[in-house]
Amino acid sequence: MLSVSYLMLQQYWWMIISLLGALLVFLMFVQGGQTLIYTLGKNDNERKMIVNSLGRKWELTFTTLVTFGGAFFASFPLFYSTSFGGAYWVWMAILFCFVIQAVSYEYRTKAGNFLGKRTFETFLFINGLGGTVLIGTAVGTFFNGAMFSVNEMNFSQWETPYGGLEAVLTFHNVALGLSVFFLSRVLGIMYLNNNINDEQIATRGKKQIIINGALFLVFFLFFLIKLILKDGYAYNPETGEVTMEAYKYLHNLLDMPVVLVLLLVGVVGVLWALYTAIMKESKTSIWYAGSGVVLVVFSLFLIAGLNNTAFYPSNADLQSSLTIQNASSSEFTLTTMSYVSIMVPFVFAYIWYVWKSMDGKKIDAEEMENDSHAY
Amino acid sequence: MIDNLDMSLVDWSRAQFALTAMYHWIFVPLTLGLSFIIAIMETIYVRTGKEEWKTTTKFWMKLFGINFAIGVATGIILEFEFGTNWSNYSWFVGDIFGAPLAIEGIMAFFMETTFIAVMFFGWKKVSKKFHLISTWLVAIGSNLSAYWILVANAWMQQPVGVTFNPETARNEMTNFWDVALSPMAVNKFLHTISSSYVLAAIFVVGVSAWYIMKKRDLAFARKSIIVAAIFGFLTSVYTIFSGDGSARQVASAQPMKFAALEGLYKGQEGAGLIAFGFFSTSESDPENENLKDFTLKLEIPNVLSYMAFLDWDAFVPGVKDLIDGNKKHNILSAEEKIRRGKIAIAKLREFKEAKKSGNKELETTLKNEFTSDAFQKEYFRYFGYGYITNTDQLIPHVPLMFYSFHLMVALGGYFLLFFVYVLYLIIRKKAIEKRWFLRLAIWTIPLAYLASQAGWVVAEVGRQPWVIQDLMPTMAAVSRISTGAVQVTFWLFAVVFTTLLIAEVRIMVKQIGFGPKGKGGNK
Repeated sequence: MLSVSYLMLQQYWWMIISLLGALLVFLMFVQGGQTLIYTLGKNDNERKMIVNSLGRKWELTFTTLVTFGGAFFASFPLFYSTSFGGAYWVWMAILFCFVIQAVSYEYRTKAGNFLGKRTFETFLFINGLGGTVLIGTAVGTFFNGAMFSVNEMNFSQWETPYGGLEAVLTFHNVALGLSVFFLSRVLGIMYLNNNINDEQIATRGKKQIIINGALFLVFFLFFLIKLILKDGYAYNPETGEVTMEAYKYLHNLLDMPVVLVLLLVGVVGVLWALYTAIMKESKTSIWYAGSGVVLVVFSLFLIAGLNNTAFYPSNADLQSSLTIQNASSSEFTLTTMSYVSIMVPFVFAYIWYVWKSMDGKKIDAEEMENDSHAY
Repeated sequence: MIDNLDMSLVDWSRAQFALTAMYHWIFVPLTLGLSFIIAIMETIYVRTGKEEWKTTTKFWMKLFGINFAIGVATGIILEFEFGTNWSNYSWFVGDIFGAPLAIEGIMAFFMETTFIAVMFFGWKKVSKKFHLISTWLVAIGSNLSAYWILVANAWMQQPVGVTFNPETARNEMTNFWDVALSPMAVNKFLHTISSSYVLAAIFVVGVSAWYIMKKRDLAFARKSIIVAAIFGFLTSVYTIFSGDGSARQVASAQPMKFAALEGLYKGQEGAGLIAFGFFSTSESDPENENLKDFTLKLEIPNVLSYMAFLDWDAFVPGVKDLIDGNKKHNILSAEEKIRRGKIAIAKLREFKEAKKSGNKELETTLKNEFTSDAFQKEYFRYFGYGYITNTDQLIPHVPLMFYSFHLMVALGGYFLLFFVYVLYLIIRKKAIEKRWFLRLAIWTIPLAYLASQAGWVVAEVGRQPWVIQDLMPTMAAVSRISTGAVQVTFWLFAVVFTTLLIAEVRIMVKQIGFGPKGKGGNK
């Protein structure tokens, strides 16, 4: 029987977290699309198609976010307690962005909705802008550190009075947040092109892909280049001591060539999707972009936490930095959850089957007229 | 660990969590029960092929959708708040609590989310059979989700299947099945879901009664009442049985909660059950304002003993026995438990200091002492008591507990009689048209919500001061953030939840007004 060490389980769960994070960023096409309702839709019918197209996927993104949080709690509870309990304002802001989204689709056009249609559309915009920028910026602290300390009982304390908001003072974090925002808009347009049968929306979408694609590339390339050139947070697996290491994230890519290949293939996938969407007006570019985004984000998470790297470094007390070894659940719990994770491919399979069954016919104006549950 | 703790931070953090949980629980029981009622109705449609059953199904599905959205919105907040407001707790229990939460996400949430899209939008896109399966999977997914979160909650009421690891200063799971299938978890799940089914059935009967009163959509209303009344009757009976099981669990695992919910101050053999009672404003114990005397009570002899231990003469400890101790019945005093808890905490600190100073020999000795069976049994099991500064902190709010419990029980009995009467009318083929009864059916809807909320008050207020029974008090679990920050978010949540609740109720009322043949009621 295969013997699995505690470290292997910790690495396995970091990979699951990385995969969930990667899928979440891909599924944020919903958020990106929400910020373009009035840019792509110029009349009520067009906007209705856009909202309904996104509205049939929002729960999938939402559930992935909840599962990402739940899996983080389960596998690396010290991160959950430290970051959530300290970066209070960041997480509360993210939370508010998602709370207002959850009701907006269902209530937007319902009679009796005293807040009005535009209010709920504003909620969707806030969710699209705030949710992506804030989550991206928060993930940026995985590479740039945060201001916390952890005592010998593993109880944590935030060392600034700003509850995590100080992360915006590091532009590298914000650049990641903006990259996620513009990326989500690109993905949103590609998804809508694939899901809605309407030429006007597609034409306006092409122009927006050029603008948002260019902005995404600027911020993302800045983030990526700075990342591979910066010092990183390394730890000694024997003693647990954390030290700064020059070019740590570049070293991680070179030490783990498979991750480097995944990153490069992912970048090529996204660039190819942009090319086909702009030059060939392809309706299927979402699949190249989606696959590419999953590979890129997955790789970034892997270099944040593997190869003896502190995935949540502390700038207030370097030795309080969190690693997959000191922040994880017990071996027994990780083993138990690993059995449960065997179900994940089955979950992917039924999601794929349902998505295929539901999206076989593209959304059009006629369907909107006849659907009694249309948003 | 909790030196210089501002108690108002604990109170505001508790208030925020209670606010979120109570708002969340307004929406969840209807989702849990209505999902099955819809699935039953759609099954009848698929089997009979009658379009009126499809119309009926789609109408209740629309109300389900309105309610579901706001349940999702409030649900995510609870998950976040475990970390944001209870960070020490998150670490202390993360090894146990995280697993059910992750399983809930992987097994239940995705099932619910994926198939709900088919349920709402798939009528013309997938086959009848696939649609029906999807509707059932939504119901199963919602209820599975309830199971896993209740496993986590049950563990907080009765921590089982774990060992405390002094190295990491947390509880670590040693037996998954002990946690997942603990009698507390199973009972809590069965009682919670069955009571939610009752609430949903009452909702359907009440709304249908309104149509009959207005003399419109009569065939639809009668069909809905038949399905809901049968469902409601069966689940009412089961709710009473599962409630009985829950009470026995509480009596053995949380004796203080049990004593408080019965207002039992002094333990008795052959203790009587107070069927109803009222507290006076005077205090039976001048040192604790929570301990009020009864001015009026109707007591049924010996029943409490039987309810707790299936023995008419068994001893049921009262609040004072649990505080002062009772040698005859082998109950330690609270002072003694506090002393032992302090010893356990001191031993853990000593171990941590030895580890920090690099004294390997002392570290190993202290670890062995700490993890020995004797120390665990005699001292560690009272670990949380070491944080208690006054024995009065160990007594929950007795009048609130008593009234909540008795209100829940009384309403549970009334709901059963209500469904018996509806079924009598159906079986005797009598018209359900008496105005007094139709009004009663409508007014029973808020009573169902009241009973449901009261149940959670009993469960959660009753376990105070513990966030994890005997191991971690609420004051040790709280995040070290400023009270002002929690006050701001409390009021923000209060405004957002209340606004969304008003929107939800107004939309729901409008949709009911449009009726099953309405065009959907979109603007």
